[in-house]
Amino acid sequence: MSGARTARLAVALAAGAAALVAASALSAALGAQPISLRSALGGVEPDATILFSLRLPRVALAAIVGCALATAGAALQALLRNPLAEPFILGVSGGAALGGSIVLVAAVALARLGGAGGAPAGAAPSVAAGAVAGAAISTFVVFGLGRIGGRLVPEAALLVGIVFNSFVAGVITLMKLLVPAEQAGRLTYWLVGAVGNESGGTLALGAAVVGLAVAALVALSARVNLLTLADEEAASLGVDVPRTRATVFFAASAATGAAVALGGMVGFVGLIVPHVARRLVGPDHRLLLPASALFGAAFLVLADAAARLAFLPLGTEPPVGAVTAFIGGPFFLWLLRRTEAREGASR
Amino acid sequence: MTAGAPGPWPDPLVDVRGASFSYGGAPALDGVTFQARAGEFVGLLGPNGAGKSTLVRLVAGLLAPASGEVRLAGLDPRRAPRGHVARVCALVPQEPRVAWPFTVREAVMMGRAPRQGLLARATRFDEGAVEGALRACDLVHLADRRLDALSGGERRRVFFARALAQEPRVLLLDEPTAFLDLGHQVAAMRMAQEAARGGLCVVAVLHDLNLAAAACQRVAVLSRGRIDAEGPPADVLTEARVRAVWEAAVWRGENAATGAAVVLPVLPPR
Repeated sequence: MSGARTARLAVALAAGAAALVAASALSAALGAQPISLRSALGGVEPDATILFSLRLPRVALAAIVGCALATAGAALQALLRNPLAEPFILGVSGGAALGGSIVLVAAVALARLGGAGGAPAGAAPSVAAGAVAGAAISTFVVFGLGRIGGRLVPEAALLVGIVFNSFVAGVITLMKLLVPAEQAGRLTYWLVGAVGNESGGTLALGAAVVGLAVAALVALSARVNLLTLADEEAASLGVDVPRTRATVFFAASAATGAAVALGGMVGFVGLIVPHVARRLVGPDHRLLLPASALFGAAFLVLADAAARLAFLPLGTEPPVGAVTAFIGGPFFLWLLRRTEAREGASR
Repeated sequence: MTAGAPGPWPDPLVDVRGASFSYGGAPALDGVTFQARAGEFVGLLGPNGAGKSTLVRLVAGLLAPASGEVRLAGLDPRRAPRGHVARVCALVPQEPRVAWPFTVREAVMMGRAPRQGLLARATRFDEGAVEGALRACDLVHLADRRLDALSGGERRRVFFARALAQEPRVLLLDEPTAFLDLGHQVAAMRMAQEAARGGLCVVAVLHDLNLAAAACQRVAVLSRGRIDAEGPPADVLTEARVRAVWEAAVWRGENAATGAAVVLPVLPPR
């Protein structure tokens, strides 16, 4: 990395961190009950309680989820060699949701069998483990079935992801019928992509998983650059392609799984954020992955604040997944048309 | 000997002995023995499906022979770590696709990856190798352009420059002149010749017999997975052999100025 690039990395990281701090401050200050950050930090009640037990945990949750999804999106785009890849669109989030749901439903069933005596199996860590496993399995399914003649075809992988998503939606609908109405409601609210309040322990666990996954991806970022080339080119430049790709897959799946366990199916973050970050820092993943991590955190904190504030007069709030889908759906279509136009021009 | 250490290098650098390979059906390579030395520019010729690209992939360690042995600068390219292989051997692929909009300089710097650490921090040696490769391939004025803004011929030069920046002992070229116009074909062959003159072992899959005859010291003709003939182009490219191997009617002549073999297709008169 040359001196100029190190300077660009510093600028990108500083900008990302500043964006995250600003978004967090904004989101923490605004809400149904506006508070003064200064008096809250000075210990004045009720501002302090609102800030520390309601707003900040929620900001942290949104930041973790956004960071995970954006970084996973950037990594999956490199592996698919296509800017349209995204954990949600590729079915990785869907796989995580299915894995988490199976654990939740199994926990409910076990609790019924074992009487009222317990079932902490439905607790966050096991749901998260199910989500990570589901994400990893679906990643391998999508990228495995997206191969035609031994060669990864982006369009095929995207199509497999879309079909896999409908399959998952169907299975989850069936599962909802199998559990009590209250559990089904919980499942629905979780899956729709709601950033609610989680316990400190859950947050710490999520942050640890996401932190490790993002660190692994950043550590591999120079190899990820080479993986955007054809497999044989990457191999002839010294990359152990199967092993490196499997590691990147697993890290992206772990990040996505943790994000889904914490926040449900929040879509399109992994599409929008890496695209904007690429515009700012260029295609080098040594810059792009850390930048995506920070901008992703800032983006979802803002999106969550927007979700909380937009419908304030109605006394309700949409899940943040609805906000990201509202922005992300049209964005995907725009990107699709642009990519097609560019490929058509270069043919 | 540790890979990447300066010579003495094994001779021959490319040493394939009785190698066979099959993609599942009929054998693509059937007991091929082939050698190439430092400073040589060897052309691999043969009709489509004769096994030329397969042989190159075996040498590069991208495929493992079903039987026989492959040695690349003394390494077994399938067993040695990919990084070690990449320090002695560079491959310029047939059709370098560009999926990611890196700049020319960034793409050429990727050739340094086998010699860099995990985060690929560039040293002054890396910068120097990249500058040298850019100059050798006449890319200095395009260094900050994005790959997707280049013409096909310019892109070829970028991937050739990346291979030079890799500072290999063996340079493998898979159809370096495909899809190029005459001027770019000649330029590509001159770069390969210069690389061989600089001491590299250059092995190129070629379809154009006349280019091969003009540029290569030695050619090997592959037919149905076997080496049909090997030697100086003028000796190997006889009319009878070209007719038999390519199943085409040709006229075989000689370039009066250089003495190089000339092979032209013969079609019924209009």
